[in-house]
Amino acid sequence: MRESPRQIIVLAISFALLAALPWIAGAVGRPDFVTLGSQACVMAIAAASLDLLMGRTGLPSFGHAAWLGLGAYTVGILAFHARDLGPWALQAWAVWPLAVLVPAALAAVIGALCLRTSGISFIMITLAFAQMFFFLFVALKTYGGDDGLTLRRRSTIPGIAPRDDVAFFYVCLVALVLVLLLLRRVAASRFGTVLDGIRQNERRMMAMGLAPFPYKLAAFVLSAAIAGLAGALHVNLFRFASPDVLHWTMSGELMVMVVLGGLGSLWGAVFGAAAMVVLHAVLAQWTEHWQIVLGPILVAVVLLARRGVWGALGGK
Amino acid sequence: MILLLEQLLNGLQFGVMLFLMAAGLTLVFGIMGLINLAHGSLYMIGAYAAAWATLQTGSFLLGLLAGLTAAAVIGMALEAAILRRLYAREHLDQVLATFGVILFCNEAVAMIFGRQPLMAGPPAWLSGSVEIVPGVPYPVYRLAIIATGLVVAAGLYLLISRTRIGMLVRAGATHRELVGALGVRIGLLYTAVFGLGALLAGLAGALTGPLLAVQVGMGERILITTFVVIVIGGLGSVRGALAGAMLVGMVDTLTRGFLPAALRAVLPASEADALGSGLSSMAVFILMAIVLLWRPRGLFPAHA
Repeated sequence: MRESPRQIIVLAISFALLAALPWIAGAVGRPDFVTLGSQACVMAIAAASLDLLMGRTGLPSFGHAAWLGLGAYTVGILAFHARDLGPWALQAWAVWPLAVLVPAALAAVIGALCLRTSGISFIMITLAFAQMFFFLFVALKTYGGDDGLTLRRRSTIPGIAPRDDVAFFYVCLVALVLVLLLLRRVAASRFGTVLDGIRQNERRMMAMGLAPFPYKLAAFVLSAAIAGLAGALHVNLFRFASPDVLHWTMSGELMVMVVLGGLGSLWGAVFGAAAMVVLHAVLAQWTEHWQIVLGPILVAVVLLARRGVWGALGGK
Repeated sequence: MILLLEQLLNGLQFGVMLFLMAAGLTLVFGIMGLINLAHGSLYMIGAYAAAWATLQTGSFLLGLLAGLTAAAVIGMALEAAILRRLYAREHLDQVLATFGVILFCNEAVAMIFGRQPLMAGPPAWLSGSVEIVPGVPYPVYRLAIIATGLVVAAGLYLLISRTRIGMLVRAGATHRELVGALGVRIGLLYTAVFGLGALLAGLAGALTGPLLAVQVGMGERILITTFVVIVIGGLGSVRGALAGAMLVGMVDTLTRGFLPAALRAVLPASEADALGSGLSSMAVFILMAIVLLWRPRGLFPAHA
């Protein structure tokens, strides 16, 4: 996937602005912009991971919030038991990889089940499994149930003060850049090409002698793993894990981000996520009933602007 | 034993409600190929209109009428304005656009009626209980719901298998293009089917209202369970919707009724209740996973 010159310019400006966000926030006297920026980075990671499934492999998962939530709760639950487990349960180097591995392991099992179906059944069964995790965490009263689980302090990263929001913003930004580089490598690899082929014509891939199932499952697991990382960052950002992260509307919003940005273009997911986070913040400031505006915007985007923000930037 | 009988009837009642929802959803999917997330919003609209009209007029029947009318009219308007453009689109587009419709409907209802739930109990002539077998009282209202649901199911069966419209519906589900080519006004048929589905969703909402709190978000709760029903039953199949609805209604009600008590034997009471309610919320999803493992296309695949 080659970017057009216009897209490269927009990309360069966007990342330069993002890197300079803490200074800009300081200059205009709005420190909350930093949190907003971190949130945009986290959601962009989650949306980019979903785009690997939806955009590249053609598997519209309606349960992606499950992996985000599992990543978040992995960090939260380990911190909750830190007293019994020892200090490693608060260290980012130990906890974050687990927040990636736990969703990945569960995704290997659940993905194998979900991938037996296709099309609309796939959408529904992924939704159903995500709801299952939602109800599970609502029922786990030990970990807060409905009210969620508070993280007393962020995971320890050597050299970074746990209360420093600006430093944490840069952690999120670096994570986003690393994830995007990884996903670009994947897209350019043989594996990525096979995923493209599966999306375009699964039967032809089979005729060429490739079994699609292992590839689809690998994409499902990789996507869940990256979403787990986003979950780990999410719980650290707000120092709070709640069943809301697992709620089906979160899955819906992630899908919206991917489509808003432009399906199948990695950068599109990033722009879609940023657009949604900013739109939320702006509309929520303007009216409590911001969803009454968001709903029609969504319908209009689907009906009229199929290629999304990123596609529109690329010209025809 | 008495408890079991009661729970079985509760399961039947929930199953009947789920069938009213699932029949519309599965017909719309089978014939128009549309996956309509906003079906739950029509249920909510039916429930709100019915509860509001009942509270205003004091008459349950007027409320029921208001609920049915509101759901059907708004449903058909929605079809004409937005959903019609989605029939030929990918499922992903349909999911996203109807997700937008849900956000709009939920917020609109919250702005009109507020976030406090509306409460309108069953009418006087349907409250109280009767003894179904000696010594087992059961609420009349729930029996009335079961009866209504069964009558509607029978009516739907006759409509689809015996009438001309039903013939078109069946033909449209299997050979969409051919039915259009034979000169049937397919647009009108689509609107009629959608209106019927909306009417059934409104009926489910209006009937359930007196049993539950009528509140924003009630639509999505039942919508997701309805999805489970039609996936288990087989997408597009009304027969499958009936079987799936009964299965899901029973499994959900029975696990909710008996699992916490069973867990109390091995766990402290408060934890057993929380875990039990969590596990019973998961039960229908586990059921769906098992059915899909065994039959990936559901129990009664429509396009075999």
